[in-house]
Amino acid sequence: MSLDADDVARIALLARLGLQEADVPAYSRDLSAILEFVETMNRVDTIGVEPLAHPLEMSQRLRVDAVTETDRRAHFQANAPEASDGLYLVPKVIE
Amino acid sequence: MTLHSLSARELAAGLEAGNFSSLELTRALLDRIERLNPGLNALITVTAEQALQEAGAADRRRARGEAGPLTGLPVIHKDLFCTEGVLTSCGSKMLANFIAPYDATVVSRCREAGLVMLGKANMDEFAMGSSNENSHFGPVRNPWDATRVPGGSSGGSAAAVAAGLTPLATGTDTGGSIRQPAALCGITGIKPTYGRVSRYGLVAFASSLDQAGAMARSAADAAWLLQAMAGFDERDSTAADTPVPDYTTTLEDDLRGLRLGLPEEYFGDGLDAGVHAVVEQALDALRNLGVETVPVSLPRTELAVPAYYVVAPAEASSNLARYDGVRYGHRCENPRDLMDLYTRSRGEGFGREVQRRIMVGTYVLSAGYYDAYYLKAQQIRRLIRDDFQRAFESVDLLASPTTPSVAFRLGEKVDDPVTMYLNDIYTTAANLAGLPGISLPAGFHQKLPVGLQLMGNYFSEPRLLNVAHRFQQATDWHSRRPAMAGEEA
Repeated sequence: MSLDADDVARIALLARLGLQEADVPAYSRDLSAILEFVETMNRVDTIGVEPLAHPLEMSQRLRVDAVTETDRRAHFQANAPEASDGLYLVPKVIE
Repeated sequence: MTLHSLSARELAAGLEAGNFSSLELTRALLDRIERLNPGLNALITVTAEQALQEAGAADRRRARGEAGPLTGLPVIHKDLFCTEGVLTSCGSKMLANFIAPYDATVVSRCREAGLVMLGKANMDEFAMGSSNENSHFGPVRNPWDATRVPGGSSGGSAAAVAAGLTPLATGTDTGGSIRQPAALCGITGIKPTYGRVSRYGLVAFASSLDQAGAMARSAADAAWLLQAMAGFDERDSTAADTPVPDYTTTLEDDLRGLRLGLPEEYFGDGLDAGVHAVVEQALDALRNLGVETVPVSLPRTELAVPAYYVVAPAEASSNLARYDGVRYGHRCENPRDLMDLYTRSRGEGFGREVQRRIMVGTYVLSAGYYDAYYLKAQQIRRLIRDDFQRAFESVDLLASPTTPSVAFRLGEKVDDPVTMYLNDIYTTAANLAGLPGISLPAGFHQKLPVGLQLMGNYFSEPRLLNVAHRFQQATDWHSRRPAMAGEEA
């Protein structure tokens, strides 16, 4: 699969990545090369093979529905770019 | 006294005998870091003050008669383990301001064992890379040759151990990120079975592949560190709830009768002839210890890297969606609106390789392409695991080179992602299958270290460490040292 500049722009938007215009040709070339490489998978017939999502095929453990963590909001929000009164601040979303 | 050249075991004996204190040991290594790290760039953060406090506490613990085997020994953590109150950057501009608000389970277990953290190791950004050239904090240099890469992504950890900045370091291995740099820097590195070590507090890359492990000069030292790290953790939903054996009690076990499979696909085209010759000599050393080598086949080997570069980016694109510039991490200046905040923060915060992988992952998970790429890769993942299970019906362990070549030059492969990915041809299959693997120093080619990889069935860490240790009793490759600035080799 070869990806052109429009494909790269569409994928970057899906991934919420703001690319520099000047970098798009290099991404287009690199992503096309990577996809071409991974397409060697098509050499093998996998009809009827069950996908393996997790190496040990373990079932997800459940925990008791009980409070185990203490409230450390202020501590965690110390890393926020902008926070106030316990809230994370972002640009205005609703006019 | 040259404390930096002693093994963890020797250092522990010296501490116990009172030949030196943890404070003296810590000071000696911090001095060494101050002298050598500017040239190596192996550490992103040096936690000198905290290390001296921890060393003092370790000495007091020993005085009270409460020291364990690791108490007072130094360790360096890869900078993707969260360390409370200390920068945890993951090698990224995105987290260049992130002070972890809690400790990873690996970090707290090392702390409880009395290990003294000297600092945080450089790495490829978000553990994506095989050369350590993808770090926002600059590349790490190989202690054996400063013009060459140390491997990646745990390149800072490997270089720090090789240069004698620390006897012990932690790493993580998603597609070879412990074993490949261990091989290129001439040290021992073990990636345990998926789930053996808790992932709690590790910055996630590809969650079904990520596994933390131990790096040291020798297998005996790595066994000690792994002992402290391993075990069930209720905070990691995929942690293995199986008891951890005492890795130290089986190190000396006899190797006679052990059947070692040599997968033909790991010795084929693409393997450097000089590396091949060194690995053959290492296999001879194992045969002399009574190991029987048996040819085997893992027919889907050539599909491992392609499948890996679908599965890993897919999981990464999902995991890295959390970096939105809102709760932590890099935020762009003066965002116009929420979309601008997301796209510019992520565009500025992530480096080129991370952006490539996020886009590959986004693409293979997108509508219309999911079956052709992601589902296909998961099917191949099962075939690869089945290959291993068939092999383990007739052999105990597998042996191969860890990497197809010795350390390459800085800049040599940086413009060609697919060529870079092919450094991982012998390591990614173990991650896809969730199997444990170890890389150990096997000799030198062109004065650069060569790694021998051993892989085993699930939870075969005791056997891997045993074979590695017996090999290291019969050889001295693991005790060779690079000549650092102003020192004899």
